[in-house]
Amino acid sequence: MIKQRREAAASSVASKSLGQDAWERLKQNRMAQIGGTLFICITLLCLIGPSLSSYSYEQQDLAYGAQGPSSEHWFGTDDLGRDLMVRILVGGQISIGVGFAATLIALIIGVSYGAFAGYRGGATEALMMRIVDAVYALPFTMMVIILTVTFDKKSIFLIFMAIGAVEWLTMARIVRGQTRALRKQPFVEAAIVSGAKQSHILQRHILPNLLGPVIVYTTLTIPAVILLESILSFLGLGVQPPMSSWGILISDGAEKIDIYPWMLFFPALFFSVTIFALNFIGDGLRDALDPKESK
Amino acid sequence: MLSLIARRLLQAIPTLWVVASVTFVLLRFAPGGPFDDEKKLPPEIKAQIEAHYGLNQPLYQQYYNFFLNLCNGDLGPSYKYPGWDVQEIIAQSFPVSLELGFWALLIALAIGIPIGTLAALKHNQPTETGLMGIAMIGICLPSFVIGPILLIVFSLHLEWFNPLGWSYASDRFIPALTLGLLYAAYIARLSRSGMLDVMQHDYIRTARAKGLKDKTIVLRHALRTALYPVVAYMGPAAAGLISGSFVVETIFFIPGLGPFFVNAALNRDYTMVMGTVLFYATLIISFNLLVDIIQMWLNPRTRND
Repeated sequence: MIKQRREAAASSVASKSLGQDAWERLKQNRMAQIGGTLFICITLLCLIGPSLSSYSYEQQDLAYGAQGPSSEHWFGTDDLGRDLMVRILVGGQISIGVGFAATLIALIIGVSYGAFAGYRGGATEALMMRIVDAVYALPFTMMVIILTVTFDKKSIFLIFMAIGAVEWLTMARIVRGQTRALRKQPFVEAAIVSGAKQSHILQRHILPNLLGPVIVYTTLTIPAVILLESILSFLGLGVQPPMSSWGILISDGAEKIDIYPWMLFFPALFFSVTIFALNFIGDGLRDALDPKESK
Repeated sequence: MLSLIARRLLQAIPTLWVVASVTFVLLRFAPGGPFDDEKKLPPEIKAQIEAHYGLNQPLYQQYYNFFLNLCNGDLGPSYKYPGWDVQEIIAQSFPVSLELGFWALLIALAIGIPIGTLAALKHNQPTETGLMGIAMIGICLPSFVIGPILLIVFSLHLEWFNPLGWSYASDRFIPALTLGLLYAAYIARLSRSGMLDVMQHDYIRTARAKGLKDKTIVLRHALRTALYPVVAYMGPAAAGLISGSFVVETIFFIPGLGPFFVNAALNRDYTMVMGTVLFYATLIISFNLLVDIIQMWLNPRTRND
């Protein structure tokens, strides 16, 4: 990894920071670019779209129920006559919001847990990682389901708390492994020998190298969380009607696919494109930040 | 090998204890109880039912009783299906889930490994991009989108399969495919990167230098090593298949264990939730152990751990 970075640095005239270097590589990755653009577009659309529309996500019009796409309702209406486009955009706010919030929680717990374990080493580390292993072996969706039932308020906040509380495990493992491996790297030993302060070593040598895997895994956690939210909503445990989320819309649409196919098509399209985009951003970031991993 | 098995089995006991305790606490903190129906029961009758199941005792007593029964291998009666023990419900519905999971895993391996291997062999060619793009679509489409689409295409339009039911062998196909596609996609990605890794090794070059055919090199020499990541993934995949089966069994009205668990959680059927969680936890722990043993058998380098 280091050797390749050196070579990359040597080949360019001016020296570049890791960030600039990664940015250059990311800019050359067409799929990651497309993914990034699509994701920004969808997010903006979900944030701004609903306020521009004359319909609201819960406004019913039974006389106008289950109409296909038309000039008035671009994506059609559902069986209660609600405008599907507004419901998809509002649902997108919830799904993407839950994705980011739960990932943030997983990130905070996972990084601090993993870094602490990796930094302390010894028996503390062994015990902490055994706990992670034990929880890892559990039927994880079952735990999320039990958590959502426990916090019965059905508030979105608690749902993502529950998801985040379960999603941090992989992050903790990655961070701990990385910290441990880094401590033994020659460049860290060299820094210690040359008398660098511990804070300096952490900031200049450990953190930048941790950042790559953490960013990559964070990007890949967001779609996983969005998917999990939709599974919960599909099972009737997540966001509750009349509130909208992609999981709810897809599960509604899946029931009526043979009569009102657009009710499945449009939400599934938005959902899949978002997951697609996020995965490509994640893969692109991995290639950019960790050249060794890219193949 | 034996010491590893013994150690892992010993570790399983505290793990299961933690799982059971966390589940117990969470369930009792959940608002409402198993007998809070929408149709309100007269308070005396409710009190009597609760006394019958020992739910009027202090919590620590209930906790103690639960573990006492558990040590005797008794998961208790279901609160929502009167007359049924939790064991009986699991014994009746789990074989269905197991069969679904088995076929799904088989489909995932049968699709994933060839696609991943082919993609690796056509590295940096359009074939690779195409195959990996398809795999990515598999990852991005959730089973509750794929399921109805497969149903419409194969059952309603082509009329190849029954749309619903679990009576004939052919009824297994669409649900198992729905459940397996996501894992096929992951396995394709894993076997691709595994294969790319292996093909750079010296012993492959030696095999080439010996003049072996490409087919022999891939099938006889490379594939076994290339599949290590896939084998390691079997543990998480099994756990994922269990949660996936909740959704797929709900979509296709399959009489497996998944819908029982979801309903039990919604209805506060304490014993049923607890029984299912412990059952699946035991299953996943055993399966992970099995995967580790297979890994050691395949890859001698992991044996020293």
